[in-house]
Amino acid sequence: MMTFIGKRIVLMIPMLLGITMISFLVMNLAPGEPIDVLTNLNPKATAEVRERLRSHYGLNQPLPVRYVNWLKRVLRLDLGYSFAQDNRLVWDKIRERIPITLTINALSLLLIIIVALPIGIYSAIHQNSFMDRALTIFVFIGFATPTFWLALLLMILFGVHLGWLPISGLQSSQVAHAGFWLILGDRARHLLLPVLVSAFGGLAGLSRYMRSNMLEVIRQDYITTARAKGLKETKVIGKHALRNALMPIITILGFSLPGLIGGSVIFETIFAIPGMGQMFYGAVMARDYPLIMGTLLIGASLTLVGNLLADISYALVDPRIRVGHHD
Amino acid sequence: MVNHPVVWYTSCGNIIDGILPYRDLLESMHKKIISILIIISLLSLLAACGQSSSNEGGQKATKKEQLERKNVDKLPPAHGDTIVVGSIGDASNLIPLLASDAPSHQVAGLIYNGLVRYDKNLKLEGELAKSWEISTDGLTITFHLRHGVRWHDNAPFTADDVMFTYRLIIDPKTPTAYAGDFEQVKEAKILDPFTFQVVYEKPFAPALASWGLSILPKHLLADQDITKSPLSRHPVGTGPYKFSQWKGGEKIELTANPDYFEGQPYIDRYRYRIIPDSATMFLELKASNLDWMGLTPIQYDRQTAGKKFTGKFNKYQYLSFSYTYMGYNLKNPLFQDQRVRQALSFAINKQEIIDGVLLGYGRIATGPYKPDTWFYHLPSKKYPYNPEKAKQLLQEAGWQDRDGDGLLDKDGQPFVFTVMTNQGNALRAQTAEIIQRRLQEIGIKMKIRIIEWSAFINEFIDKRKFEAVILGWTTGQDPDMYDIWHSSKTGPKELNFISYSNPEVDRLLEKGRHTFEREERQKYYDRFQEILAEEQPYTFLYVPESLPIIAARFHGIKPAPAGISYNFIKWYVPEALQKYTQ
Amino acid sequence: MTDKDANKRSSTFNQRLLHNKLAVAGLVVVALLFAVSLLAPVIAPYDANAIDLKNILMPPGSSHLLGTDQLGRDILSRMIWGARISLKVGFVAVGIATLIGTILGTISGYYGGIIDTLIMRAVDLMLCFPSFFLILTVIAVLEPSIWNIMAVIGFTSWMGVARLIRAEILTIREREFIQAARSQGASDMRIITRHIIPNAMTPVLVSATLGVAGAILTESALSFLGIGVQPPTPSWGNMLTAGKDNLEYAWWLSLFPGLAILITVLGYNLLGEGIRDALDPRNYLKK
Repeated sequence: MMTFIGKRIVLMIPMLLGITMISFLVMNLAPGEPIDVLTNLNPKATAEVRERLRSHYGLNQPLPVRYVNWLKRVLRLDLGYSFAQDNRLVWDKIRERIPITLTINALSLLLIIIVALPIGIYSAIHQNSFMDRALTIFVFIGFATPTFWLALLLMILFGVHLGWLPISGLQSSQVAHAGFWLILGDRARHLLLPVLVSAFGGLAGLSRYMRSNMLEVIRQDYITTARAKGLKETKVIGKHALRNALMPIITILGFSLPGLIGGSVIFETIFAIPGMGQMFYGAVMARDYPLIMGTLLIGASLTLVGNLLADISYALVDPRIRVGHHD
Repeated sequence: MVNHPVVWYTSCGNIIDGILPYRDLLESMHKKIISILIIISLLSLLAACGQSSSNEGGQKATKKEQLERKNVDKLPPAHGDTIVVGSIGDASNLIPLLASDAPSHQVAGLIYNGLVRYDKNLKLEGELAKSWEISTDGLTITFHLRHGVRWHDNAPFTADDVMFTYRLIIDPKTPTAYAGDFEQVKEAKILDPFTFQVVYEKPFAPALASWGLSILPKHLLADQDITKSPLSRHPVGTGPYKFSQWKGGEKIELTANPDYFEGQPYIDRYRYRIIPDSATMFLELKASNLDWMGLTPIQYDRQTAGKKFTGKFNKYQYLSFSYTYMGYNLKNPLFQDQRVRQALSFAINKQEIIDGVLLGYGRIATGPYKPDTWFYHLPSKKYPYNPEKAKQLLQEAGWQDRDGDGLLDKDGQPFVFTVMTNQGNALRAQTAEIIQRRLQEIGIKMKIRIIEWSAFINEFIDKRKFEAVILGWTTGQDPDMYDIWHSSKTGPKELNFISYSNPEVDRLLEKGRHTFEREERQKYYDRFQEILAEEQPYTFLYVPESLPIIAARFHGIKPAPAGISYNFIKWYVPEALQKYTQ
Repeated sequence: MTDKDANKRSSTFNQRLLHNKLAVAGLVVVALLFAVSLLAPVIAPYDANAIDLKNILMPPGSSHLLGTDQLGRDILSRMIWGARISLKVGFVAVGIATLIGTILGTISGYYGGIIDTLIMRAVDLMLCFPSFFLILTVIAVLEPSIWNIMAVIGFTSWMGVARLIRAEILTIREREFIQAARSQGASDMRIITRHIIPNAMTPVLVSATLGVAGAILTESALSFLGIGVQPPTPSWGNMLTAGKDNLEYAWWLSLFPGLAILITVLGYNLLGEGIRDALDPRNYLKK
């Protein structure tokens, strides 16, 4: 088992290098330079000024040199300074945004699990019934509706006309200096719509997967055996089918780990949430190489960790894999 | 609260005092009748001289509505309340010379002061400098600085701070885009702690205005790497508002500076909320969670009249300090003939663009200046919509539809070109589409390409790989246009990207820049505008109007040539109408 | 596989598919989409780009059934032409993804060994990047033309297809009829194209159907950010985005494109799932 994990970890390193190299390359093939945002069409920015800025940001050195320099700093856990005009540490900027992205994604994932699993199970048990069809359409509508449109419609209903919920942002001004519970309640009200909209879009994937898993398990021989033995239907479903169907679900969750820190830029833009997605998008537009690479690196690392955990859970479940007959 | 009994005592007190001597007479005569008469007359006097205080105490809401609806500026100024402003983008750096984005400057503008600023009529007046003298040769400016101004951390402001800021901005290690103007300075001197003097190489007309730059605190920034200074996130200035809090991507909060040298601003708090999506921002405005926002023409005209808006907001409109144009690459053989460019200007119906895209909120642009500035001149050559004239000019230049395909051609080549504009500006995209149609009608095929900003500038503008563009310039208070129109500014990444070159214009721009005399400058710039009108290196399209909307509880807003924010520190919310306590 | 078997297989498939009411609904939607796109020049009442500044922002009425936009253009006509664009984006993007995925998956599964490892590592590498981030980066770097968008969506979604194909290949590779063909001296190429790919295509079909839906949604997401299909060309995504600032006042600008996207993506998903259910014999053992 340990050699298995060890092998996996060793394989991760060239992957990480590959990821960083690709990102670095792609960004540098792009037209545009970071200092453009500082100086473009600003009548006061003369040519000498631009040269000065270029050397300040080290943009006048050859590509491989820049990559190696960046890599060296990363190994010292220094992700460098953002090219943006705020000149802040990349790590500071990322660190500032991870909590809120994590919170929303985690809550959304929780909601998806709570709602999608029962839907999937019910749909499987009552396959082709009216409810199955209705639920299918329901979850697919969630997937099919463009998020920003749905978000705006809900904002108009609940925020503008009914006034029950805040429209955007994370905190109302009135609770800035209030007690803990008031702040928490206020935060919850602000997160309600974003989490709902986010979860609604993700229901389809998990519920359909659960459904097809349950269907497959239900038809297995051992279920038929259990029924033949006279076990009650609920026990059949509850004990056997469910347990077997849930295992792949657990591994799916392992794959969701990197998704937890990935933010959707559209979603964050529409709800005015200062998350990872928006930051990354802004960095791409402004050619802020250090920030882009820092984010991709953290994202990719987490993906690899997620894959590792998923592989480990597979191995725990299926002994054949442990012994080495995988792939 | 207007429920002051004091009011009717003071204005009607003399009447009541006048009645008292007759008390004995009253008692001796038919007391009841007369007392009733007196009561009736007193009541009618009260009604006449007091405010309409028919609803006394307990009905504050109705009163509030009445007041809000009338927007009565007679209500006395009071300190308090918060103004919540919406912005699409977050600030990046609150040290102004390190940032070039509008949000950073919008917020920093309240935290710092310059030596001078523009008053409501766009004349320069002193801010940190209470007066100045310009030597007769125009080369030396001596600023007399205010005494007793303090930084937000209570340290005293002196000429040292000005010298420090100047040295910082011209320092090659400082990554700023604004050094250009200050490199014209030959020498800077501190004559005494409150006198600062600069000497220029040559007379430089924009010099005085350039000293509106934000002055930075030497005692907090000296001997440090400015790019790593904590003041980027926690600025300290001399201005009307002090920095309070900055939650990245969420909001920036400022509080009124009680020791501000012009007096404490009335509005206690300034909250800058970052709302990246325009649709969301409008919804926040509609729900009255925002107090100040810039509207699009459609929003201004059609979406802000319902019950969520009437009485709760005031709208303002004034010509903005910018203009939109279609620029031609003069190195491209298509556009080298002046008649072709003039024809294009005749073929475009600018008024229909203003009516259709701006819904009338704008004016036709005739040149590179804002219409109501002192240096604006209406050129004699005008370009009303005239497709016949356009076709005639094109024919003179050799363009005719010889092969019957509906397109003009010359030497076997059809008249086809691509216009580029930047992504993110719906008005410009719509303008392009309207122009496309009009040109199609006279036989020209214009294609549209919308390109992301950085790519646009770097791949197309800077490398001169474009045929035509639709862009805008912001216009300043000084007519100096050297950087955009002088033939020496056609190098890569410089601003004369259409490669315009006219020796007479060069001379006019040089003279205009190095003269101080307003009348003399006016002559140069008038002639400059006449030449541009004749040669049409751009087709000048329109000057849009700024369309801000502000919550009605804010009083003291007085539109002027400078716009509305010039007297922001004098805006107030009467006590009765104040909404936020934090 | 004999012809008779093939026929039997497809007729049962058809039966199963048509039995599934939801899948039929999906099929109807997809067919409708095809019809509208093909007939666009015929059925559109106005030129989709005809500007009419006297009639801007008109609500749905007799002369303009679905109203007009900010430049007076007829929304119905733009919707019809937008259908064509949506379909085009979906198909080309999925086509590219399927092509790349099939080629790489087949090579990987058939030849195995080092090639297999390399290709699968590449798949893993690509999967490490959140796909939307990748699409964003590339579009921002290049310019947002229709072709670039389709290509990028295609180039970032081939991985699923590759894995599917490879898995199928692995199962089919050792089957008797393949051994038979090999022993008869058929070349690798022939074996692959004639025997292996047709049998492996079934899961790919499902994936492709779902992929079209995803591509349409991605285009609308890119439009929101301003880097989708460029105006004046109408796409449902850019029409929806153009209307979002006037959601209440000019509701017709966004309602129709929004519903169109919703129904189309829903239809494709239902159809895709229906095909998957119809292809899987085990699903029909119970009832």
